[in-house]
Amino acid sequence: MVENRPWANFFAHAVLIVGVALVVFPVYVAIVASTQPPDELMRGTIPLLPGSHGIENYTQMWQSGVSSANSPPAALMLWNSFVMAMAITVGKLFISLLSAFAIVYFRFRFRMFFFWLIFITLMLPVEVRIIPTFQVVADLNMLNSFAGLSIPLIASATATFLFRQFFMTVPEEMLEAARVDGAGPMKFFKDILLPLSVTNIAALFVIMFIYGWNQYLWPLLITTDPDYTTIVMGIQRMTSEENPQWHLVMAAVVMAALPPVLVILFMQRLFVKGLTETEK
Amino acid sequence: MASITLEGLKKTYSGDVHAVKGIDLHIEDGEFVVLVGPSGCGKSTLLRMVAGLETITEGTLKIGERVVNKLEPAERDIAMVFQNYALYPHMTVYNNLAYGLKNRGFKKDEIEKRVQVAAKMLEIEDFLERKPRKLSGGQRQRVAMGRALVREPAAFLFDEPLSNLDAKLRVQMRVEIKQLQRRLKTTSLYVTHDQLEAMTLGDRLVVLNAGQIEQVGTPMEIYARPASMFVAGFIGSPAMNMLPVDYLNEQGANGLLDHLPDGTDIVGIRPDDMHLAPPSAPHLIVDSTLALFEAAGAESHLYVTLAHSDQPTVIRVSGQPPVAEGETLRFYVTRDALHPFNSATGKRTED
Repeated sequence: MVENRPWANFFAHAVLIVGVALVVFPVYVAIVASTQPPDELMRGTIPLLPGSHGIENYTQMWQSGVSSANSPPAALMLWNSFVMAMAITVGKLFISLLSAFAIVYFRFRFRMFFFWLIFITLMLPVEVRIIPTFQVVADLNMLNSFAGLSIPLIASATATFLFRQFFMTVPEEMLEAARVDGAGPMKFFKDILLPLSVTNIAALFVIMFIYGWNQYLWPLLITTDPDYTTIVMGIQRMTSEENPQWHLVMAAVVMAALPPVLVILFMQRLFVKGLTETEK
Repeated sequence: MASITLEGLKKTYSGDVHAVKGIDLHIEDGEFVVLVGPSGCGKSTLLRMVAGLETITEGTLKIGERVVNKLEPAERDIAMVFQNYALYPHMTVYNNLAYGLKNRGFKKDEIEKRVQVAAKMLEIEDFLERKPRKLSGGQRQRVAMGRALVREPAAFLFDEPLSNLDAKLRVQMRVEIKQLQRRLKTTSLYVTHDQLEAMTLGDRLVVLNAGQIEQVGTPMEIYARPASMFVAGFIGSPAMNMLPVDYLNEQGANGLLDHLPDGTDIVGIRPDDMHLAPPSAPHLIVDSTLALFEAAGAESHLYVTLAHSDQPTVIRVSGQPPVAEGETLRFYVTRDALHPFNSATGKRTED
C-alpha cells in the first residue's frame, strides 16, 4: 500500500508479532526445557530461562539414549529416521515421476483406467491398509529392515497426480521439438521434462521428507529390533515411561526437529531458483 | 537437400473426421512451397504429417527417394520451426541450437562450428549464453530458425512461424526468411493463413480448402487466374468481388458479356480493376452508392452498394479521390478484368 496510515501499519505489525510469538513460544519452551537439570521440570512450574545442563543433556541423549525406556542413542535413531525418510522421498519421487510420465506421454490401452486406479488410492491412507501390508511385508521377510520401513510407503498417488498436472501444462510443441531434434522418450524425460520440473520436485521433496520423517504407526509395527528405532518412536517410548525424563525428551525433540528444517532451508533455494528460472 | 513427394496423402481421425482428403504434390529440390488456406483447412495437419508428428492414414510420403511414412521425425532429416518457437526454456540459446546435434552424436568442435555459423547468419551471436526467456519475440524467432538451420536438413518445415510477431517484425522476418532460403537453397514447406505472406514468400503456392488442394501455382498465376471462387476470394486483399452475370447485363454490359465461356453465371472482379474513370477499351458500367470510405495512405478502399442490389462491393483506388459517403459513383470494368465462374461448381469456367 502506498498511503501512509500509521495505525494500520502498527496494527498489521502487532498481528504479525502475536502470530509469530504463538508459533515460536512452544519451540522456545522446548529448547529451554532441554537445557534444564534432571529434576527441574518436575516441580510444576516450567522455567522460561535456559538452564545449566544443556550440553550435558544433549551429549547424554546423543550418545547413550534412555535405556530404561528401551530408547537407543539419538544418533542412531536420527540416522534411522533419516535413512527411512530419504528412501521414502527418493523412491516416491522416482516412481511418481515415471508413472506420471507414462500416463501423460504414452498412449496405451486402459491409460485412463490406470490413472483413476492410482487416483483412487489417494483415498487410502497407510492406516487403512496397514494389516494386509504388514502381512505382505512379514511374508517377504522384511520385518526389522530399512526395506520394510520404506518400500510400503513409497507408492504415492499424490505426487503422481501433481506431476501429471504439471506435465500437462508443458506445451506439446516441446515434445515435438524434441522429437524432431532426435530425442527419444527417455532422453526427452531426462533432458527436458526433469529440468522443467525442478521446482515441483523440490516442493514435493520437502513434503515427502517430512511425511517420511514423521512416520510413526508403521515403524512401530514393523520393527522390534532397537537398532531400527526411529526418532519418533524413541520419543514416544521415552514419554510413556512412568517418570519421563523430560529434559532428555526435550533434547531429543529439538534434535528431531532439525533435519526437516535443514531440508526446507536447502530446498528453499531451489524453489526460488525454479520460480525465476523456468517459464514457458 | 531433397525433393518431397506427396501421393494421395490422407488423414482421417477417429469418428470419421477427414482432415486431409488426398493430397498429391511434388516439391522440387530447393523449392519454397507455401501451403495457404483458412483455419481448419488441414494445412497444419498436412505439414505435421510431413514432419512425422501426425501419422499418415493413407498415401505415400517420400523425402528424396525414400518413403518415410513410418519413420520418426528425427529420421526424416527435416527441421521444423514451430509457431510458438518451442524453445527449451531451461537451456541457453547455445544449447537450444546444439541439442539436436548432440543427440545425433556430432563431435563437440563440429557442433561449435555449426552453431557459430548459424548464429552469425541470424545475428544472434550476442545471445548465445542467454536463456530464451531473456529474449524478445523476434530474437526467439531467430533462435527457433537457428535450431533448424544448424541441422542442415533436407527440408525446412515452417508452421506459421511469424504469427506471434507484431506486424513490423513480421514483415522484416518475412524478408529474412526469403533471403535465407534463397541463399541456402533448402527445400522448404511453409504453412500460413496470411495470404500476403504466402504471395511474397513462395516460389509456388498451394491453396488448401477443407482438406483438399484448390489450386497449385506460382503466386502470380494464382492471383491472375484463380481456379475457383474460393481461391479468388482467399488470395488478394481486399477480396475479389463476385457479381452475377444477369445483374451486370441489366446494368449495361454493352454486349461485353455475350461471349463468356459456357456455364458462366458469376464474374469476379478484383477491387483494383474497378475504375472510376472510363477506360478507352470497351467496358461495363455499374452504378453504386458509396457506403464507406476507407483511406489507407497510398490507396483508398471504397465500400459501395450496387444500384438495384444490396451486394456489398469493394473498390480500390490509388490516392484519395474527392468522393463523399452517400454519393453515387459510377465505375467501369474492362473485359480482361473479368474472372468467369460457375456458382454451382465454384470453378473457373474457361480453360
